[in-house]
Amino acid sequence: MYETITYSIQNGAAWITLNRPDTLNAFVSQMNKEMTHAMKAAASSEEVRVIVITGAGRGFCSGQDLSEVDENMDHGEVLRKFYGPMVKQIYKCEKPIIAAVNGVAAGAGFSLALACDFRLMSDRASFLNAFVHVGLIPDSGNSYFLTRLVGEAKALEISVLGEKIPANQALSLGLATKVFPADDFQMAVQQFADRIAALPTKAVGLIKRTIKASDHLSFNDYLEEEAQGQRIAGLTKDHREGVQAFLEKRKPLFLGK
Amino acid sequence: MKTYEFIEASFKDGIALIELNRPAQYNALNRRMVGEIVDAAESFDRNEEVRVIVLTGKGRAFSAGADIDEMAEDDPVRMELLNQFADWDRLSYIKKPIIGAVKGFVFGGGFELALNCDLLIAASGTEFSFPEVNLGVMPGAGGTQRLTKIVGRTKALEWLWSGARIPAETAIQHGLINRIVSPELLMEETLRTAQHIARQAPLSIRLIKDAVNKAVDYSLYEGMQYERKNFYLLFASEDQKEGMTAFMEKRKPDFKGR
Repeated sequence: MYETITYSIQNGAAWITLNRPDTLNAFVSQMNKEMTHAMKAAASSEEVRVIVITGAGRGFCSGQDLSEVDENMDHGEVLRKFYGPMVKQIYKCEKPIIAAVNGVAAGAGFSLALACDFRLMSDRASFLNAFVHVGLIPDSGNSYFLTRLVGEAKALEISVLGEKIPANQALSLGLATKVFPADDFQMAVQQFADRIAALPTKAVGLIKRTIKASDHLSFNDYLEEEAQGQRIAGLTKDHREGVQAFLEKRKPLFLGK
Repeated sequence: MKTYEFIEASFKDGIALIELNRPAQYNALNRRMVGEIVDAAESFDRNEEVRVIVLTGKGRAFSAGADIDEMAEDDPVRMELLNQFADWDRLSYIKKPIIGAVKGFVFGGGFELALNCDLLIAASGTEFSFPEVNLGVMPGAGGTQRLTKIVGRTKALEWLWSGARIPAETAIQHGLINRIVSPELLMEETLRTAQHIARQAPLSIRLIKDAVNKAVDYSLYEGMQYERKNFYLLFASEDQKEGMTAFMEKRKPDFKGR
């Protein structure tokens, strides 16, 4: 069904693997479209409780495939038509999304990782905001997410200097959730995904919703958003299970409902 | 309660509910459906037990617009004789508050139906649009008029010419809708608003709607005179006596709608 990515569902996790390893998974417009499609499918599938985005081979994603770029390209239109819809699909997804950064994430590949909720990094992986090196600005939501993650000063350094950020540095900057040794990376990602898939999925979605809302709402409006979120969470089976398990002094078994 | 083909109508605790019921067609409006909506609204308007009317759609969308199949072959003479928009005019004569609970697509005729509501509560993610321009026509049930009265000429032209989808966040900035709520709670929140209005003195609610609507059409002078008459009129009501007595006695009023 897909040519530039692979998509599979295992144990409540949708695995989306960028699959152009000979280019370190560089983006071509078809990959944008397939990512958008796969994200939509994962978001609406009832059995999916976590989404993992990773790269095949050595790299996570090297960004735009520069062989597709020529002087006739309208860079704004490419964003409006291909990258924008992809990032919007990720942004509006209420399920938890993990970027399993197995290798270099450069340019739009870095942006893709930034759009996710968690960034798990192999100790051999790195981030590179490479846009400035080709005379462009960070795109695909990059500055929006980066500024919120590390603040304006650091975002500016990372984007203007365009220096490579190794995994351990990404961790201390708050860009990485966790760093694992390359040899154990697959298993560590799997375990993390299992852990997230076992959470009360609706509540996690509502946490994402309220955190995003806090960014643009006034305090009073935020409190209303929070009240509605809690009302919805309070109606879930998982909430009842959580309370029940607490009273029975056992671990809760959440079903994501 | 009367049964309809394209809508469902019900009422409970003073609140009437009209639900567009063609979910497989995203509640596309055909002429008979509009007739049913008006019929239900008018009967609720006459029913003294009903204090507020809530209008919504079943399924994912409020309404994706008019049924194009129905009008593709129309000609002006046939439309003049059919006078289909007379039904829409009747909707604007409803005296009780109409609250629209909208979600998903609110397009074309669906948008015009929403603009006929007095208050609009939208689920987050709702999109509004007048796509008629893409079909070589334009809105015919008040779209160019009501939209312009609400958002002004500048934005009305932009949206009507482009056919663009207007997100709920933009709609609220321009005063097109009252609230954006979580999709899961659209009906719960709408009913909460409806219940609040339903507890107020019905004649006040009614004459306030009447006077505010005049503000749209009248000069300020005429509107002020009109408002005054409505204000005086309320002093003929039992609820005015009850409201003011309750206030002085520091208790909650018990309004009867008389």
